[in-house]
Amino acid sequence: MKRARLRLYQALLLAAVFTAWQVATQPDLLPPIVWENPNRAAFFFGEPLKMFQVIWTWFSEGTIYRHLWVTLEETVLAFCIGAAAGLVVGLWLGLSPIASAILEPYITALNAMPRVVLAPIFLVWFGLDIGSKIALGVTLVFFIVFFNVYQGVKEVSPVVLNNTLMLGANRRQLLRHVYLPSATSWLFSSLHVSVGMALVGAVVGEYLGSARGVGYLIQQAEGAFDINTVFAGILVLTGFALVLDVLVGEVEKRLLVWRPAQSETEQL
Amino acid sequence: MAAAVELDRVTCAFAGARGAYTAVKDVTLAIGEGEFVSVVGPTGCGKSTLLNVAAGLLKPSSGSVRVLGEPLAGINRRAGYMFQTEALMPWRSCLANVMAGLEFRGVPADEAKREAQAWLARVGLAGFGDLYPHQLSGGMRKRTSLAQMLILDPPILLMDEPFSALDIQTRQLMENELLELWSADRKSVVFITHDLEEAIALSDRVIVLSAGPATRPIGEFAIDLPRPRDVAEIRLTPRFIALHDRIWHSMKDEVLKGYAQTRNRTAA
Repeated sequence: MKRARLRLYQALLLAAVFTAWQVATQPDLLPPIVWENPNRAAFFFGEPLKMFQVIWTWFSEGTIYRHLWVTLEETVLAFCIGAAAGLVVGLWLGLSPIASAILEPYITALNAMPRVVLAPIFLVWFGLDIGSKIALGVTLVFFIVFFNVYQGVKEVSPVVLNNTLMLGANRRQLLRHVYLPSATSWLFSSLHVSVGMALVGAVVGEYLGSARGVGYLIQQAEGAFDINTVFAGILVLTGFALVLDVLVGEVEKRLLVWRPAQSETEQL
Repeated sequence: MAAAVELDRVTCAFAGARGAYTAVKDVTLAIGEGEFVSVVGPTGCGKSTLLNVAAGLLKPSSGSVRVLGEPLAGINRRAGYMFQTEALMPWRSCLANVMAGLEFRGVPADEAKREAQAWLARVGLAGFGDLYPHQLSGGMRKRTSLAQMLILDPPILLMDEPFSALDIQTRQLMENELLELWSADRKSVVFITHDLEEAIALSDRVIVLSAGPATRPIGEFAIDLPRPRDVAEIRLTPRFIALHDRIWHSMKDEVLKGYAQTRNRTAA
């Protein structure tokens, strides 16, 4: 299918979903089938037109930028700290069989633990500011990056390794020229997931207690049963996540030029 | 004159899932300086094990290795190794792969680059330096590996079925190129192959190994074909055919034995 036509169909699908949503929820538009009270559907599911109004006000008055900025800051910091820690620990355990044998059950346990429950503890430790959100994001990002890097180190091709040894690389050069590139390629393949997790950490943290951020906006609106604002927040958050994902994709494309791309082998 | 590589009663045993497995047993071999020696044997007989011992990548269970008169400890720094499977660093461009050895030795980058470019030209890859391994054909990757090994000017070349993955035309081309490069400075070569014709066409001497386990040399044949040779043409000369006949007869029983063993192993 032509690209433009594909985009058109995608846009039509989106429009259709929102139209159906609007028709089903707008009071007195349809005769009452499910609920006697005509406002009930709008109360539970919100009305898309009002959501867009909220979003429009946020952006036209500029009140949302402060919140978006905080959420972005938390996401980026959580990702960077979590990825760096995961990379270091992953390399270390990947290269040290003894350390990984000792720590293995604990890492499995920590990973199995639903780490979102740590959020209230972090709130106590790091306060209501961005620290506690970053800490939560770090715990989520760390394990994804760690496991990928660990796997990347374990799965370095033994032939490439031996070849590099035969070319005269010492231990440090082996780390720098073989283990690190191999590990980072695995790190980048998990980039989409880990950036997403950093965002989850930020938003959940904000939701549980904060004074700024998109999660805070949603939580406030929920407290007031303002379902349209809740959905508006969710839509903004979705758009925000999409933008992040596209940016990550661009970074990935730049950094992994050496990897065989799918499109190169695609049939014309 | 000291031999380039000398294996003295080398035995390699591995602890496998089905008990101890002796890959090679009491192998004594000597490769003279400037000599091109091929080692042939049935598949799975431990040819690569011997080469890894000579490279210092594998420590023999018993026996000793001497390189240019000195006992070998650790990696064999006097030898270049060309692997059967893909050994290039996939995250490095063709040029950066060829440069790698010089880089590890601390040669300044611009000098290493100049030399790498010269080597790429010598193996017929001028202008392909910026491509990554996955963008090259199998034959081009082998040329890159060859340049990567030869740029360090090692006095000993260890080659483990380097051309077995190539189609027959590319293979003969590469064999001729190898002979040409070799004749320029007569390095000592240990060439592992399962292809008897390739072994005869290239070598000064062919060593035949028995079927595994506990592989040992069972025959040695001097190849008195005149040089320079063209690997495609020389196969048609009567002397070549006579040599092939003689060596093949000594090998045949071992090949059948090896075949029966692998068949039993898969059946069991």
